[in-house]
Amino acid sequence: MPAAQRSVLTIAGFALLVDALRARAYRVIGPTLRDQAVIYDDIGSLADLPRGWTDKQEAGQYRLTHRDDNALFGYAVGPRSWKKFLHVPEQRLWRAERSAEGMHVVAEPEPAERLAFIGVRSCELRAIAVQDRVLIEGSHPDPHYRARRKAVFVVAVNCSEPGGTCFCASMETGPRAEGGYDLALTEIAADEEPRFVVDIRSEAGAALLRELPHRDATSDEIAAAETVIAEAARKMGRTMPAAAEVPALLRRNLDHPRWEEVAGRCLTCGNCTMVCPTCFCTTVDDIPALDGSVSEHVQRWDSCFAMDFSYLHGGSVRASPRSRYRQWMTHKLSTWWDQFGSSGCVGCGRCITWCPVGIDITEEVAAIHATDSSKA
Amino acid sequence: METRGLDRLICEHAFFAGMSPDHCELIGGCARNIRFDKGAYLFREGDPANEFFLIRHGRVGLELIAPGRGPVRFLTLNPGEIAGVSWLVPPYRWLYDAQSLELTRAVAIDGGCLRQKAENDHDFGYEMMKRFMTMLVQRLHAAQLQILDVYGTHG
Amino acid sequence: MRRSFKFSTSTVRMAELAAVPTVARVRSRRRETHDTWTLSIDAGEFAFQPGQFNMLYAFGIGEIPVSLSGDPVAAGPLVHTIRAVGDASRAITQLKVGDPVGLRGPFGTAWPVADSTGSDVLVIAGGLGLAPLRPAIYRLFAERERYGQVALLYGTRSPADILFRHEIERWRRRLDVSIEITVDHADLAWHGHVGVVTRLIDRAIFDPDHTVALVCGPEIMMRFAASALRTAGIAPECIYLSMERNMKCAIAQCGHCQFGPVLICRDGAVMRYDRLQPLLTAREL
Repeated sequence: MPAAQRSVLTIAGFALLVDALRARAYRVIGPTLRDQAVIYDDIGSLADLPRGWTDKQEAGQYRLTHRDDNALFGYAVGPRSWKKFLHVPEQRLWRAERSAEGMHVVAEPEPAERLAFIGVRSCELRAIAVQDRVLIEGSHPDPHYRARRKAVFVVAVNCSEPGGTCFCASMETGPRAEGGYDLALTEIAADEEPRFVVDIRSEAGAALLRELPHRDATSDEIAAAETVIAEAARKMGRTMPAAAEVPALLRRNLDHPRWEEVAGRCLTCGNCTMVCPTCFCTTVDDIPALDGSVSEHVQRWDSCFAMDFSYLHGGSVRASPRSRYRQWMTHKLSTWWDQFGSSGCVGCGRCITWCPVGIDITEEVAAIHATDSSKA
Repeated sequence: METRGLDRLICEHAFFAGMSPDHCELIGGCARNIRFDKGAYLFREGDPANEFFLIRHGRVGLELIAPGRGPVRFLTLNPGEIAGVSWLVPPYRWLYDAQSLELTRAVAIDGGCLRQKAENDHDFGYEMMKRFMTMLVQRLHAAQLQILDVYGTHG
Repeated sequence: MRRSFKFSTSTVRMAELAAVPTVARVRSRRRETHDTWTLSIDAGEFAFQPGQFNMLYAFGIGEIPVSLSGDPVAAGPLVHTIRAVGDASRAITQLKVGDPVGLRGPFGTAWPVADSTGSDVLVIAGGLGLAPLRPAIYRLFAERERYGQVALLYGTRSPADILFRHEIERWRRRLDVSIEITVDHADLAWHGHVGVVTRLIDRAIFDPDHTVALVCGPEIMMRFAASALRTAGIAPECIYLSMERNMKCAIAQCGHCQFGPVLICRDGAVMRYDRLQPLLTAREL
């Protein structure tokens, strides 16, 4: 991008960014520190961010430690993803009211909340796009997700510190934010005076930036930003082996002995589905009032690891842990393509970090690849 | 005259399709024409399994009686099919009833006679076994499906 | 936004209505067997294709997918045949005439009735599977001259479990269709076939090079029927099955009805056997 189109925002300017969004009546969500993890939650000001912290992530491990500098975004992603705010964990869809005259169904109105996300990584932008495909680009768009999605203001951040379980580079989903945002920030000079090189992607982003103290970026600053991104791509903790071949590889290996092996470790706890930013499965509960006058039809997050997820004719179609692990992994990496025309995985590494027994899907793919039972 | 007519009936029967005329003659030597009126039994559970039947016309139902449940029919057989397999293996006793559901014409074949001829002529024996094995495998698969009670509710 | 059981047919409203039920009313009910009922439901103007299904809602309990089992061309209430196997289905089968019932739909793919003109058609039903096939049967019989041989092969548990018995007897009086019924077991009052439905395929008359087979029933029965049809020489692209899985949303957003790469609410329930065959042989898919 030519130097003339890129600006620099100082930390002070960034603080004003948060204020400006709140002044526009956005509910501002960003990274905070809670329960020894980086958690996306409501932020009131710059002070709420985990400044100077970094994370050490490995299979089944997550630790926060202090950095030597004051970087605002010197960590990767935590257990919570933006889906908590867009594809919310619990959503009433409608309620049925019963009276002597009969029954009425009252649809739940669309949410009016305007959300602003601060610190969305490239993998997360892609994850949001993946969920968009499922929830609003099919023939029956989800009105609640769509309303939140249309109103959201996105400040993306280009990763400077990928985590030990990250593999976005091999999934071609990062580390550079390529679209789906209003403003993107690349944090440079974290060891002296941290500031941000800004990319603008929308009119709304441009309008907001105009209100903030900013200046043109120097060519050194732009070079520094490019270096941050290039270094991030180099520092990925993991790689998805032969990513382009994975869908076909899994399709022809449904009976590979590796599934039995991983089933011996998998607790079917479903952590991976809860932390995964693209997992979208839900179930519905019907909740009648005690007096029987009204019953709510409420959608909530579900997991394909739950025993009754595939309940049919008195039992589960996928009763064994083997079949449920296979379902999750082949859906994420293979059949998602058949169903929605893209991969379901964005390489964020959360499933690897937050698996209590440290199952690593890149390792599972490598194991199947190594003893592929039938070549294409 | 009657024997040659029987040989031809046997050779034309769907079950023995492809059998050589010589082999049909061997079978014919153990065979006779028979007919069952509607309601008549071809054989009953517990009786010695001496003969089996090529169904030419009509229909046969295989049944078992359960106490408190009455007779239960578990298979109907049509022209072109064989009624009776227990003659193939010791102790050569019928394990269920076979009832003629309408006027049925059949060729009855003496099991003992046929077993002896198969012992004497292994080529003939093999041709017989091939056909019986195919039928038994099909019946077994069908019986397995019935046992599964696929139309019932489970769980 | 309130909804009663009249609704507009504009495209935008239809997409929204797919997520929120309209309120319809039970017009009539008829008991078919000891655990199966047919309900006809007034839902205003409503078009559907044979093979499609609705989500019916029982107040306070939940929704279930139910196949439409009536004539898609006939005006009037929508006919559904339901087996009472769980809380929601039991509640719906116990609704009385005039009771309200929530309804969303129609969903899913259709039996290829119009595309099969000029071919022989084998309709192979097992148990409750006759219900989702009945709309196709109505269409085949109504335009009989456009098809070759037409046969219905129907297998069920016992004579007491035969669905639509009187209607089948009426169909039997036609001279231009072949109808064969078999049961897994029977008492001696039954004079028809006893044995699995695949045995009827062996005896049916059709030209395997120009036959379309429509199959619906328990999955085991469909697998074996499809195998028998293949053995008889029918190409897998000419065999259609109606698949079933757990279903919650019916609009391809909850993930429950996945069957490998397929979403049954969107890519099915009616699907071609060439696509299904590798999926059917995988265990616990």
